[in-house]
Order: sequence, then C-alpha cells, then structure tokens
Amino acid sequence: MTTAWNKPLPTVAGETKAFWDSCRRGQLVIQVCEDCGEYQWYPRGICANCWGENVRWVQSSGRGTVWTYTVTYQNRTPGFAEMVPYVLALVELEEGVRMFTNIIDCNPRDVHIGMPVEVTFQTATPQITIPYFKPAG
Amino acid sequence: MVDLRRAAAIVGIHEHVTRYAPDKSELQIQGESVIKALADAGLTKDDVDGLFTASSSARNSGMNLADYLNMYPSYVDNTTVGGGSFEFHLSHALTAIAAGRINVAVITYSSLARSGGVSVGTGGVGRFGHPVLEPSPDSFEELYGMTTVGLYAMIARRHMHLYGTTAEQLAEVSVAMRHHASMNPEALFRDPITVEDVVGSRVISDPLHLMDCCIITDGGGAVVVASPEVARNCRRTPVWVLGTGEAIAHQGAGKRDLMYIAAHQSSPRAFEMAGVTHDDIDMAMVYDSFTITVVETLEDLGFCKKGEGGEFVSGGRLKVGGGLPINTDGGGLSSNHPGMRGLFLLLEATRQLRHQFDGTGRQVPNCQLALAHGTGGALGSRHSGGTVILARD
Ligand SMILES: [Zn+2]
Repeated sequence: MTTAWNKPLPTVAGETKAFWDSCRRGQLVIQVCEDCGEYQWYPRGICANCWGENVRWVQSSGRGTVWTYTVTYQNRTPGFAEMVPYVLALVELEEGVRMFTNIIDCNPRDVHIGMPVEVTFQTATPQITIPYFKPAG
Repeated sequence: MVDLRRAAAIVGIHEHVTRYAPDKSELQIQGESVIKALADAGLTKDDVDGLFTASSSARNSGMNLADYLNMYPSYVDNTTVGGGSFEFHLSHALTAIAAGRINVAVITYSSLARSGGVSVGTGGVGRFGHPVLEPSPDSFEELYGMTTVGLYAMIARRHMHLYGTTAEQLAEVSVAMRHHASMNPEALFRDPITVEDVVGSRVISDPLHLMDCCIITDGGGAVVVASPEVARNCRRTPVWVLGTGEAIAHQGAGKRDLMYIAAHQSSPRAFEMAGVTHDDIDMAMVYDSFTITVVETLEDLGFCKKGEGGEFVSGGRLKVGGGLPINTDGGGLSSNHPGMRGLFLLLEATRQLRHQFDGTGRQVPNCQLALAHGTGGALGSRHSGGTVILARD
C-alpha cells in the first residue's frame, strides 16, 4: 500500500543532513553546544547561544509535553486541506527545546496542554522520514 | 541617544478608500495615494526625496515604485517585516530626516489581497504556489500544516490555559472594532455584532473563530513625513513623532517564552524616547490581525499586566468613551486589511490627532497623544513589532 506524499517535503542542506539521516533510522536528534552546553532547535550550523562552531548531535529522549496546540479546521495547502481537522502543536522536549509538530494517533479532542507525548515517524519518500508526536504510551 | 522628539512630523495622509479594486494595479493605488497625500500636505513631487514602501511581492519593490512614479529618490527603504513594516518606516524616516539626509519622505503601500484571492491567514505554505521549502526554518515547520491563524491560535490557547482568558473576552475586541466601523462609512463591515455572534461563528483554528480573524480587502494609502522646517509651512497642522521603538521576536532557538511578543521589547524604547507614560496616551492603534493579537499587544505594550488582557479588553474599554479607545476606524477586524495593515494605523492616529472627527462619535475627545503598534509575521513564531508615539502640535 503506497500513496504519494502530497504534503510539503523538507529541503535537506549540509547543516541539517544529519537530522534527516537520523529520522530515516527512526531516531530524533537535536544539537547541543560543546562550548556553552546549550541545546538548540531548529538545527543550524552555529550555536545560536554563544555563536561558537562546536555544535554536536545528540539523541533526544523523544519524549516531551504539549506546550500549546490548535485544532486546525482550514488550510488551503494540498495535503492538509484533506486532513482537517488536525492538531498543530508546539512540543517541549525533555531537553528543554520546543518544536512544531502534529499530534497524531489520537482524537484531536483529547489533546491538552501538558499532555505527555513521544516521537513517532512516518515515511514520506525513500529519502525523507518525518517526525511526529503521539500520546506517550 | 540624541533627542529625536519632534524631529519629524506627519504632514500629509491619504487612505485609498477602495476595499475591492480588481480593475487597478497595486502601483496605481500607490500612485493615486501618494499624489493625494502630497496634496493634503500642500507639497509637490519635487519636494520628495525619500521613498519608503514594503510589499510581499518583489515586483512592488522601491525600484518599480520609483519607476512608476517617475521619481528619483535619494533615500530608499524597503524594510519588509510584515504588517508592522510601516511603523519601522516612520522610525527610519525620522532618523534620516534628523540626520539631514532628506527633508520629505513618502511612505506608501497597497495590496490587491482580496481581488487576488489571497488566503492570507489560512492558505498555509501553498498560498504562494508550489512550496519548495527553505532548509531552515521552513523545513522544520511547514511539514506540519502551519497557517498564520494556527500560530496565533496556539498563543490564544496557551493564554487561556495560563490566565483563564475566555473566548468571550477575545470576542469583546471584535465587538468594539465593529462598533467603531459602524461610524466609518468606508469600513467593509458596519453592522453591529455581539459577543454571541463571534463565539458562535465557525471555528477556523481552535480557539479562534471566523470573527476573531481580520478581514481580507484590497486597499492602500500613503503618509508624508517632513522635517520641522518643511512641516511648519505645510497646509496641515503637523502631527509630531515623539518616540519610536522597533523589535523582532522569534523562537530563540526553541527556548523563548512565546507569550511575550515583540511589543514587550519595542514599547519601552518608544516610551523612553518620547518621555511620556501610558496614562498620557489618549488612544491607540493596535494591529488587530486577530483578537488575541490585541490582547497580547496591550499587555506587552504595558497598558495592563501580562495575563490581564482578557479582562482589560472587556466592558467597552476599547470603545471611544472607554478607558483606552483603539482602532477607531474599525481596525483590520472590520474596516480593511489588505495583507499588511501597519500603514492604516498611522493614518487613523493622524486623523484623531487632527481632530478630524470633532462633533461625531468617532472622535476621541481632546486627543493629544496617540500610540500605534504594528505587528508583522506571526505571534508564536517570527514576528516584528514597531511602536510609535505621535503628538498633536
Ligand atoms: Zn554555545
């Protein structure tokens, strides 16, 4: 069973390639700075805190909580237009950084702020696997 | 800092009254607006040496505008930071005039957002055609069906969670704006509405309803800014720039408390520069892309404490006659919102400070000081905030 992925796909660049490679292996990685010790999101080629160059990839626990969310009922973009209502959310990872995501594998009505969630992956193309979050098991 | 208070004044304004103009180009709307704003000031094409504009489309850059107007400006600024761009422009024009680089600046904007069928708030990334995402940050965001209204809705949801803000309180903002629009013959929607109408309207992105969202119109306008020497000889009484503050807010590498918006940074800068306090402000023009935008902005401008915005906007405080009248033209929620609305904040603040509506319910009595705050981009993500404080002569 295959259906063509009609949602937007990420563009992979040198500074983000390791992230997308890890997703393909089913691992959520984030960056930490070797100089100042700060985690950061989204991935980038410099430390956003101290502007040092020694950022390192580390595996995230993949667990976090819903910081905020919205149930979206209208979006004209193909892929999402057919998917409404869906949950757009900001999840705060245990490492302390917040990332945009969808909360899937649950009824949108059950989502709430503070809800424990964990990462899950969907294969979009042979090259791209995308991380999402679902209620923690 | 050099004292820049009253170093420049708004001397001419024009709002293109159209809300729907499929027969015009954006450049034509800008051209007509610039001509009429200069006439309002009693100035001519040859007096203008600075050209300021913003657009989400490259074809409407300062180059094309100067070409269309057949002008040769010596100072050009296309700062484009979303809806609040024009408060940034006024700040930059003030600085350029104070430095002696220019004497007269024109700030102008137009958009055919409505006749062009632009889904400003709910189009998602697809509203600009086939989405090829930038590696960062788009490739970590647009995969999830981001919309402008969705980002604001997430801030509204957390505001409700933390502070007990209600949908009915947010609706009070829409009701007050519609009340003002009922007195503005140019406003798109003028029939009075109730809190029940707003909370009973269709949910676009929970907890925001259709009537929590600004409208989409065509439109445009222009503002003429001049040095004190020029301003003293204009047709109109000058409206002086007392203070300006600019800021960008973003996610701070995943750690910023997004409940504090750019106004939290820009407001103290503007008040300190102007040397006035919140109690001195007679009316405010507050960017109202969504009802939650007004609540968050009033808090971070400092008119009330963080978390108290829901109560602050209730009970008619925002209407003329209330404690802090805002958006007396009906705002983006009811009057017009052509893609970016920051220019119109300057237009209505100027009208109020000119006492243009004396004898009608739209005039804020004895209006001496007005504040305008433009927000661009999206709360909950990257956005701009430009605060300006203006004074009657
Ligand atoms: Zn660092």
